[in-house]
Amino acid sequence: MSGDSESISQSAYIQHHLQNLTFGKTVEGTWRFAHSPAEATAMGFWAVNVDTMFWSLLMGVVFFLLFRSVARKANSGVPSRFQSAIEGVVEFVDTNVRDSFHGTSRLIAPLALTVFTWIFFMNCMDLIPVDWLPTLAGVGGQAFFGMDRAHVYQKVVPTADVNATMGMAIAVFILIIIYSIRFKGVGGFLGELVMNPLNPKELGMPKIFWPFVMVFNLLLELVTLFSRPVSLGLRLFGNMYAGELIFILIAMVFTAGSGIMGAGLSAIFGEHIPTWFWVAATAVVFATLWLNMKGKLSNGKTWLVLFAEMLLVGGLAFLGGQLMHFGWAVFHLLIVTLQAFIFMMLTIVYLSMAQEHH
Amino acid sequence: MNLNATLFLQSIAMMIFVWFCMKYIWPVILKSMDERREKIAEGLAASDRADKELAAAKTVAGEEIRAAREKAGEIVEQANQRHSQILDQAREDAVAERHRQVAAGEADIALSTNQARDALRAQVASLAVLGASRLLEKEIDANVHRKLLDELIAEI
Repeated sequence: MSGDSESISQSAYIQHHLQNLTFGKTVEGTWRFAHSPAEATAMGFWAVNVDTMFWSLLMGVVFFLLFRSVARKANSGVPSRFQSAIEGVVEFVDTNVRDSFHGTSRLIAPLALTVFTWIFFMNCMDLIPVDWLPTLAGVGGQAFFGMDRAHVYQKVVPTADVNATMGMAIAVFILIIIYSIRFKGVGGFLGELVMNPLNPKELGMPKIFWPFVMVFNLLLELVTLFSRPVSLGLRLFGNMYAGELIFILIAMVFTAGSGIMGAGLSAIFGEHIPTWFWVAATAVVFATLWLNMKGKLSNGKTWLVLFAEMLLVGGLAFLGGQLMHFGWAVFHLLIVTLQAFIFMMLTIVYLSMAQEHH
Repeated sequence: MNLNATLFLQSIAMMIFVWFCMKYIWPVILKSMDERREKIAEGLAASDRADKELAAAKTVAGEEIRAAREKAGEIVEQANQRHSQILDQAREDAVAERHRQVAAGEADIALSTNQARDALRAQVASLAVLGASRLLEKEIDANVHRKLLDELIAEI
């Protein structure tokens, strides 16, 4: 990433990171992965983002196995530490559901737990360094499927794909409709749509004006109704997309910087620094940290060695990039948890409102 | 960033995970937590009860100890009384015994004195007879003069 093509390759780098691995029917009529964002768009609606589905299902399975392992060994005796941790999450969700959901439903608490934990895990994918899994996928795609590495897109944060967040929001929306009809009946639900917020009966209007008021009400209420899933899905998507983008920008800043500050690297490797060099550098850093944890390297020495390694690998810009990455990751931990929590709370609140009479 | 069928797949996946959670995770974990809560509540109640019982037992024990102490005091007093009674009795017995012994001794002395006196009398009598016979130079048959001798003895 240096020289004349720098700005082009930088935007390509960002685009590559933000493009899903889309499987669908191409314009020529064959079913395969899209080779470019334009091709993915051309596939239209009947295409699937395989990476989003893979990582979200994987996280869902991780959630299920973690909680199931505790449920299987659940007992009323003295709990293990792991059991306590899982039960802490369950208790937390249970408390929130009890506080916010005014009614009885067998579905709402498990729904809240699933939504919270699953989204939390999916958001946490953002904390894995942005190049690791895409690079791995590229190398794997090339080695096992004979694909061009440039065509193997991989977006590992499912919640940074609007399809995933809107998909979950749609599921919640369907539940809102089901709850409204179940607790208020079709008539009650429709009545609520047309008789709010201006109730012509209470306002004492002549019957002839009722249809106009009701249409006006319906428009307002439909906006309210549809704004719920949209805000639910887009809020999560926006936060995670922005977080992902900032991670990519930070990654780009320091790899680009290494081209300038660490000119030695380019002199050795040419324009493209090979993947194995980054893997080796990462391994060396991990080895240093491992030695520190084994007690073979004092804390002061560890700092010095890490500092020297960073400088050797990529210069000052690289070091700065590492610090920025660390800072943003710490802040992102907050966003990851908060967004999962907000999605859960809004789901509970919307469903609570759906089953209440107004 | 285009909408596609992933939307529905994700909705379906979410529903399936929620169903899994509803069936295999939530009720099981919540049940064990509720059971533990009940157990802990029972344990706490039991410990409260045990505390109360302990306090009650302590009061009872205190009363018992006080009663036992009073009883022991009474017994000691009784024993003291009995002790002095026995002592008095023993003293009385000893005095009576002394009197008896003294009386027996006196009786013995009297008897011995009489015996000694009788023996002396007999000896005096025989000496008298011997003396008389010596004087008379003639054997006097003691049996013939028994009556006379006895009278003599009685007079001594």
